[in-house]
Amino acid sequence: MELTILWYLIPSLLMFCCGVYGFITRKNMIAMLISLELMLNAVDINFVVFNRFLFPGELEGMFFTLFAIALAAAETALAIAIIINVFRVSEKIDVDDVTKMKF
Amino acid sequence: MDYSQFLVMKQEIALLVVFLLVFLYDTFMPRKALGAISGFATVLFALFTAGCFIWGEPASVDAFAGMYVTSPISAMIKNILNIGVLIVLVQSCKWVNSDNQLVRRGEFYELLLVTLFGMYLMISARHFLLFLIGLESASLPLAAMVAFDKHRYESHEAAVKYMLTAVFSSAIFMMGLSFVYGLSGSLYFEDIANQLGSQSNAMLVVALAFVISGIGFKLSLVPFHLWTADVYQGAPTPVTSYLSVISKGAAAFAFLVIMVQAFGQFYSGVWEWMLYALIIATITVGNLFAIRQKNLKRFLAFSSISQAGYIMLGIVGCNEMGLGAMMYYILVYIFSNLAAFGVIGAVENNTGKVEMTDYNGLSKTNPWLAFSMTLAMFSLAGIPPFAGFFSKFFIFTSAINQGSVAIYILVLIALINTIVSLYYYLLVVKAMYISPEEPVIARFRSACTERVGLWVTVLGIMLIGIASCIYNDILTTASLSDLFAFVK
Repeated sequence: MELTILWYLIPSLLMFCCGVYGFITRKNMIAMLISLELMLNAVDINFVVFNRFLFPGELEGMFFTLFAIALAAAETALAIAIIINVFRVSEKIDVDDVTKMKF
Repeated sequence: MDYSQFLVMKQEIALLVVFLLVFLYDTFMPRKALGAISGFATVLFALFTAGCFIWGEPASVDAFAGMYVTSPISAMIKNILNIGVLIVLVQSCKWVNSDNQLVRRGEFYELLLVTLFGMYLMISARHFLLFLIGLESASLPLAAMVAFDKHRYESHEAAVKYMLTAVFSSAIFMMGLSFVYGLSGSLYFEDIANQLGSQSNAMLVVALAFVISGIGFKLSLVPFHLWTADVYQGAPTPVTSYLSVISKGAAAFAFLVIMVQAFGQFYSGVWEWMLYALIIATITVGNLFAIRQKNLKRFLAFSSISQAGYIMLGIVGCNEMGLGAMMYYILVYIFSNLAAFGVIGAVENNTGKVEMTDYNGLSKTNPWLAFSMTLAMFSLAGIPPFAGFFSKFFIFTSAINQGSVAIYILVLIALINTIVSLYYYLLVVKAMYISPEEPVIARFRSACTERVGLWVTVLGIMLIGIASCIYNDILTTASLSDLFAFVK
């Protein structure tokens, strides 16, 4: 059986939707961060697959993925630093407890 | 590779030099000399701004196979942003040198210059990878700046909210990009426009919706605005003012470039209607929520949401005139909003008060601050003869130039909203001048830098509208740009 492009695109789309779902429903900020990572990784898969199957002669999608991985790492590092700061101040990392400012 | 191409990026390199000098000063100067770092950074940045004006960009040049383009119009928007940053730097002097920030005052300037560098890349990028790197290096250090006030809990809360929504929005933006890449096989704006043809399909509509919502988060367009009020309230006031004018101005310009360069041929078929809906929602919701705010920083957050809607009117026009009107709007908005934030910052630095009721009777104790605030409110609301009136006038004119019925309705809704906005802007003026209660804030003398910042902004509000040469200049530069070649 040959693996067509859909075998890759559908899992990546599922991953992305799981990420969105997790980001919206999870209360723990670390779990929210993990959901964000899922979304970013789904994007990486998409780029690599499009590059490999549709434009095999080029490398643009691969390069974009490399940069996207680095950016995701930077984002995570900063987000964790900020979450640790919140934990130091309030001893909690649930989003339900970070609600001092509201409409 | 031809490394001399880097020399095309004159403004970016100069900014990098400023950043490195500030960084070296912060790292290697003895502790005693560090007191002068805010003066050092501000003067250096002033020289940089002046240099950018004097050695402006004569022609349109590109580098790295067209990834990076600098043209008179992008040099001009960078100059406009520079003016805003300079005012922010002057206004923030006192806060940076306050006791709580003493240890890390150098970092404020370093982070700020890095974000500005990212915005430069966003403005000049003609390739989505470079744009994304600019976007991230503009928004990640900003999260660190929002968390700058380590002793205030609100600052951390705001930083969490900003960080999580920023990453979420850029993930959605990148998903849209991956669809665009799958459809066109390239990430160059020009190649995308050539490859996509003019036939729209379902995947392209989804991709465009993702891209628009990703940038909409940065611009805080409704319905992607929910982070704005909390972040504006929690962040330190100088950071809030930076966030509300500079990053918004850069994102608006970059948004226009992406939409017309990469997706220009789908203007009338696909994204014109998306923008209509966004603009109407943004202006209306921003205005309605601003009415019920008690905290002045939150209040200005919602006001800036609705102003972002007006800025978007320049994009919907989709012609050179719209571009010119948008840049003029950004310039005026920088001055008006920074005047308001200057007053809020001065009051907060001296008394720690930011509620609207605290401003009752401010005109009796601090007449000059109340006067500047009034001018800022009048300009934001668009009352002649202040600059805000002219910017609104030009942006409405440029939108109406299109001439379709839909856009007449859009502009009509925007006009009605201007009247609504007048109500809540005047609430502040009423609190300061008419409210019969005893003044809450005692008389105080604001710092020299704060007064300089206020003078500059107030002069800007009064003169920019009247000095028509400014608008002419912007419009002439805008009409020379070749951004709109693909629009259909």
